[in-house]
Amino acid sequence: MKHLALALTLICYFNHGYSQRIAPAPAQSVPLVITGGTIHIGNGQVIENGAVAFDNGKITYVGAAANAPAAGATIIDAKSKHVYPGLIAANTYLGLSEIEAVRATNDYNEVGDYNPGTRSLTAYNTDSKVIPTLRSNGILLAQVAPQGGIISGTSSIMQLDGWNWEDAAYLADDGVHLNWPSFFRFKFEDLTASVTVNEDYEKQVQQIRSYFQQAQQYNLQATHAERNINFEALKGTFTKSNTIFIHTNYVREIMNAVQFAKDFGMRMVLVGGRDAYQCTALLKENDIPVILGEVHSLPAGDDEKIDLPYRTATMLQQAGILYSLSISGFWQVRNLPFMAGTTVAYGVSKEDALKSITSNTAKILGIDSRTGTLETGKDANIIISTGDLLDMKSSNIERAFIQGRDISLDNAQKQLNETYKQKYNIK
Amino acid sequence: MPKPTLPAMKKKLNIILLLLASGPVFSQQTFPVNGVNDDRERVYAFTHANIFTDYQTLTADATMIIRNGLVESVGKNTTIPAGAVIIDLQGKFIYPSFIDIYSDYGMPKISPEEDQRGPQFLSNKSGAYNWNQAVHPEVQAGELFDVMSEKAKELREIGFGTVASHQQDGIIRGTGTVVLLGDEQSNEMIVKEQAAAYYSFNKGTSTQDYPSSLMGSIALLRQSYYDAQWYKADKGVAETNISLDALNKSMQLPQVFEVSDVFSAMRADKIGDEFNIRYIVKGAGDEYQRIDEVKSTGNAFIIPLNFPLAYDVEDPFDAQQIPLAAMLHWEMAPGNPGTLEKAGVPFAITTASLKSNNDFMKQLRKAIEYGMSTTAALKALTLTPATLMNVQDQVGSLAKGKVANFIICSDSVFKEKSIIYQNWVKGVQYVVNSFDLKDIRGNYNLTVGAISNLSLKVEGSATAPSATVHAANNEKLKASLATSDDLVTISFRYPADSSKDMYRLSGYLAEKNLAGNGQDPQGNWISWNAQFTTAFEVKADSGAKKIPVKPEGNVLYPFVGYGNASLPKQENFLFRNATVWTNESDGILENTDVYISGGKIQKIGKNLPLPQAAATVLDASGKYLTSGIIDEHSHIAAAQGLNEGTQSVSAEVRVSDIISPNDIDIYRQLAGGVTAAHILHGSANSIGGQSQLIKLRWGYSPEAMKFEGWPGFIKFALGENVKQSNWGDLNTKRFPQTRMGVEQTMYDAFIRAKDYKAQWSLYNSIPAKQKAAAIAPRRDLELDALVEILDGKRYITCHSYVQSEINMLMHVADSMGFKVNTFTHILEGYKVADKMKARQVSASSFSDWWGYKYEVYDAIPYNPAILSKVGIVTAVNSDDAEMARRLNQEAAKSIKYGGLSEEEAWKLCTLNPAKMLHVDDRVGSIKAGKDADLVLWNNNPLSVYAKPEMTLVDGICFFSLEKDAQQQQKIKEERNRLINKMIQAKKDGAPTQKPKIVYNLELDCETITDGSGVGKL
Repeated sequence: MKHLALALTLICYFNHGYSQRIAPAPAQSVPLVITGGTIHIGNGQVIENGAVAFDNGKITYVGAAANAPAAGATIIDAKSKHVYPGLIAANTYLGLSEIEAVRATNDYNEVGDYNPGTRSLTAYNTDSKVIPTLRSNGILLAQVAPQGGIISGTSSIMQLDGWNWEDAAYLADDGVHLNWPSFFRFKFEDLTASVTVNEDYEKQVQQIRSYFQQAQQYNLQATHAERNINFEALKGTFTKSNTIFIHTNYVREIMNAVQFAKDFGMRMVLVGGRDAYQCTALLKENDIPVILGEVHSLPAGDDEKIDLPYRTATMLQQAGILYSLSISGFWQVRNLPFMAGTTVAYGVSKEDALKSITSNTAKILGIDSRTGTLETGKDANIIISTGDLLDMKSSNIERAFIQGRDISLDNAQKQLNETYKQKYNIK
Repeated sequence: MPKPTLPAMKKKLNIILLLLASGPVFSQQTFPVNGVNDDRERVYAFTHANIFTDYQTLTADATMIIRNGLVESVGKNTTIPAGAVIIDLQGKFIYPSFIDIYSDYGMPKISPEEDQRGPQFLSNKSGAYNWNQAVHPEVQAGELFDVMSEKAKELREIGFGTVASHQQDGIIRGTGTVVLLGDEQSNEMIVKEQAAAYYSFNKGTSTQDYPSSLMGSIALLRQSYYDAQWYKADKGVAETNISLDALNKSMQLPQVFEVSDVFSAMRADKIGDEFNIRYIVKGAGDEYQRIDEVKSTGNAFIIPLNFPLAYDVEDPFDAQQIPLAAMLHWEMAPGNPGTLEKAGVPFAITTASLKSNNDFMKQLRKAIEYGMSTTAALKALTLTPATLMNVQDQVGSLAKGKVANFIICSDSVFKEKSIIYQNWVKGVQYVVNSFDLKDIRGNYNLTVGAISNLSLKVEGSATAPSATVHAANNEKLKASLATSDDLVTISFRYPADSSKDMYRLSGYLAEKNLAGNGQDPQGNWISWNAQFTTAFEVKADSGAKKIPVKPEGNVLYPFVGYGNASLPKQENFLFRNATVWTNESDGILENTDVYISGGKIQKIGKNLPLPQAAATVLDASGKYLTSGIIDEHSHIAAAQGLNEGTQSVSAEVRVSDIISPNDIDIYRQLAGGVTAAHILHGSANSIGGQSQLIKLRWGYSPEAMKFEGWPGFIKFALGENVKQSNWGDLNTKRFPQTRMGVEQTMYDAFIRAKDYKAQWSLYNSIPAKQKAAAIAPRRDLELDALVEILDGKRYITCHSYVQSEINMLMHVADSMGFKVNTFTHILEGYKVADKMKARQVSASSFSDWWGYKYEVYDAIPYNPAILSKVGIVTAVNSDDAEMARRLNQEAAKSIKYGGLSEEEAWKLCTLNPAKMLHVDDRVGSIKAGKDADLVLWNNNPLSVYAKPEMTLVDGICFFSLEKDAQQQQKIKEERNRLINKMIQAKKDGAPTQKPKIVYNLELDCETITDGSGVGKL
């Protein structure tokens, strides 16, 4: 309510109604204890009538409400509410686009096929009006990735409440994104679309291999007559200090991509992974996690099970594959919890679905030592919802903390809503 | 597999051609002669022949006399006239030669113009012609026709003697001409200069923008017919229009319509009904998929034999990409002619759409093997096409006075071993194969110079044999073989691994052996011979491997994997103990029974008695029963484009013309609880097209899917799409390019409509006696639709985003005297909710979309809730085939964003769209007497965890989890069966193709389609 009041004050003050920069929250100054709620740890466990305490931005206690360290702490009553780890969105281009159709606002697709050195980090716009709309749905961290080309560039993981990209950076330059060639070719003619086999597929794969072979050799040399900053950007992928995110969907492409990553000794994450359920043994054997593309999509073919995309997560879950859910985009990403909700309707347990947008994602992105669950020692990235987070019918995020900071859940849309409710005198 | 030895055939025929090319055989009545006159009577007597005088009459051991290119007599007791050249056929067969009435033989090649950069609003054709470049009825094939010897020869080789040819380009294409396939002067070959008029829905090489969709093509055709009627009445006073004049003249001729699938065949028929035209439909070969409807059109068909090849399906993942429907079509398509025959549909057969004319006889035999009788085949190649072109008095049968157009074969022409020897065109002989064709197939011992341990194998067909040479180590060497009468030419590489050196041998047939001279790889002359050892053996079919001829699959309704072998039937259902969301004043009723019968909701109450009639009783304890979801803004189930955005006003186009039942999204959305969808024109122009409300009656015909008695709607649009903001730099020419211009476009359209209405009122007020002398105004389908709006007979749903444009259109409406029924998308509706409320305008909103373009930057997810609370009838819509199957979730978002109650939120996707579509008397709530369009859910229907267990439309169960599981099992089995059959076919030597899937585009209202490409903005 504090923030809402602040927003309303601003509305009156500026007489414009909205579009004011919502200030990032100051660092945590007092110990806080969220108590009395249902604590969803994010690792599958649930504590009824539990408490989460945090101080200096770190979680200090998770357990029964009765045993929570209350001394000197400000208490936040979460009775009959749900407490979750902050949600993490993988594979977005949040902050790199403001209005998709307005070219001047787009900073996610660089010219050229091979751009591993192109980084999202420094183009990330913390002042985007889109970011607060994700925060207010519980998304506190996002991987921001360049798009397009063959190697789109290098992504970074951002926390969604920063003054500038420097302080928003949660993990800079976490990995390189490779768009695997397509086995099929799409063609539009005579008002219909057709799909045929891509005759150049093998050639295109060979070109990628050749590029990586040269990059690998380059990075094995101590000195260079001529520097190549794109090759240098790939260095971490060969030493596994960086991840290679390979975006592909068709099962035979996936099989090729896995072999490719294996040959180069890279830590691969499969992104998209529409058909991942058809090669789970291979993925498991090579320890390859999956960032699954949109759950809310249509089956690839007329004969497919009509609910196949809703069910893919269940099949990965049953096969023991580490997976997370994702929505490629920016404004759309606020629906991430509801994609997880859909996977519940089609077989995943609620706590496992939560993992697919919290702890699994943290593991896949390599930030699980810092976040993804409500566990002692981790960053206090926490959300409180009055109802079930995964169901739009009941999801209502009331409070959120990033590294212990009590962040604003206001956004331009809420402000417009308030303005016009006043105009029409409705509740 | 050896490649067919085309070169061999060619060589042989070239020699024959050389012999024939020595001078014109016909005396040209009007042509001067250079030299001495060479008039000949050309009298021939063909004796001891088995003659098919028509498609069903065979006379054995008969004689036919021809003179001057005509049949003089034919029969058993014919006297051979003096001077006749007698050809004793010794039991060979004579048939009337075949006729193809869908041909472009003799037509100049059409080379498409370079695509314009930027829009082209009018035809490029200069002169007093039609405004649209795809409408050119003035094109006359008779004027364009010129003999093309090479092509004529190709057709003669497969038995054809006559074709009806036209320039296969455009929508109203012009007339076709019936010609003979001889090599003489074009003047002599034309049988009927103007034989038929030809049409299609494809604008072909026209570079003009309009039309860019199927519905646009249909609208253009309709308008052209009305224009022709008006032009006739006006007698050219207002303007001279050569095209319209030609169209009027060509209306007297047979009308042939080319379509791309069976639904377009029905579309053509519908237009025909409107203008009292019976089309001859050139079909696509899929008529068997809707044979009852095809039959009921009463049209004759011209059908191709373009049976698809089997697919490469060895890789299970690649095979998965091929839809069951495509595989089933592979299995069933060869049965199409037989199916038409059994249904009693008159049909002719065409060579059109064949990859090569060489495939013709093979495909024809396949069709016979799959159920067409040989009598029907012959009829479809002779009498039917002749009759359809009104030339049956000249060709298609052999009787006194008819053109001497016939073929001579070794056997019944449809038998595989039958050889076509000669094809006579207008009494002139063309040899296809020599009577004493030597069959050199067999195995030989080959000696070439000093090499004596080779063997030669000659196989393939007798008329086009192929060869391989085998070395001593049994290594197979590919060889080429050409034969010409008694002469042979053979070349091959030896040894196999040498890259360029060849043995080249020329020789002759000596009894059963071959011998001659040749050159070795070094260029030394050598002699060679091949001693016959064993005869050629036709590979015996190994019984077990033989592919069953009869398709084992069923036609599916619709023809996709999830289709049904028969249409599901209406049933009586009693739902027990459901939680019933009525959407009525009763609200949500717990533990309540609902009884439906006759497609209607009959009773709602607790503990209803068991009905007298047989009914399925369903225990719905713990389940939720609601009325079906209605999507106010959908683009599914439409064929070939929903955006006729090439003009700013396209009110003449109708979605009702292009409903497509084969869209899998219909089924997928049933599984999401959708029972009705409003199929809208896109948003590429200010005044789009007329929309169509459908019920999701999966498998029913396009007509049967339409919501009965529904008042018509039309799509309008405002903003960025209409002003082409995001269409790239080439699209900056069409008016309007600003919101200012959109207002002008709207005013202009309605002012024109008012003037038009006044003209008609004036005309209609003329007393009956004087009316005959008056000329009716030109009927304008675009303005007709706008007048309907002014008259309150057609409702508007308008794509809109920002407040200024919403306000603008309401002002235009106020001042022009019409009403906007619905604003759709309307993401800034919340800014002008009071103004909308004052005019009782409805709103159909996205739930939470924004950020994708500038005009949605102020879009907020609270919009539906604000509009609802202000008192506007509000819906949420999908505009997206995926989202439509979760409209319940989209409605639920208004609980989160804006705090609507569950009951109010639920109405956003059920009762409220029903109200704004003016069908709330039929659907939208659970009330006795309303349509039984119901959904049974496993959970609170607004929950993300809810899914439909059963969806009924008119009391017909089109989806249930149980049925769906059965469908999946059936799809699995059918796919497996067909994949194995294809693999077997490939093993048995059938040619195959790589996976290729053609599908309908997933459309949304920004999808632009034109002939050359698709852009999604």
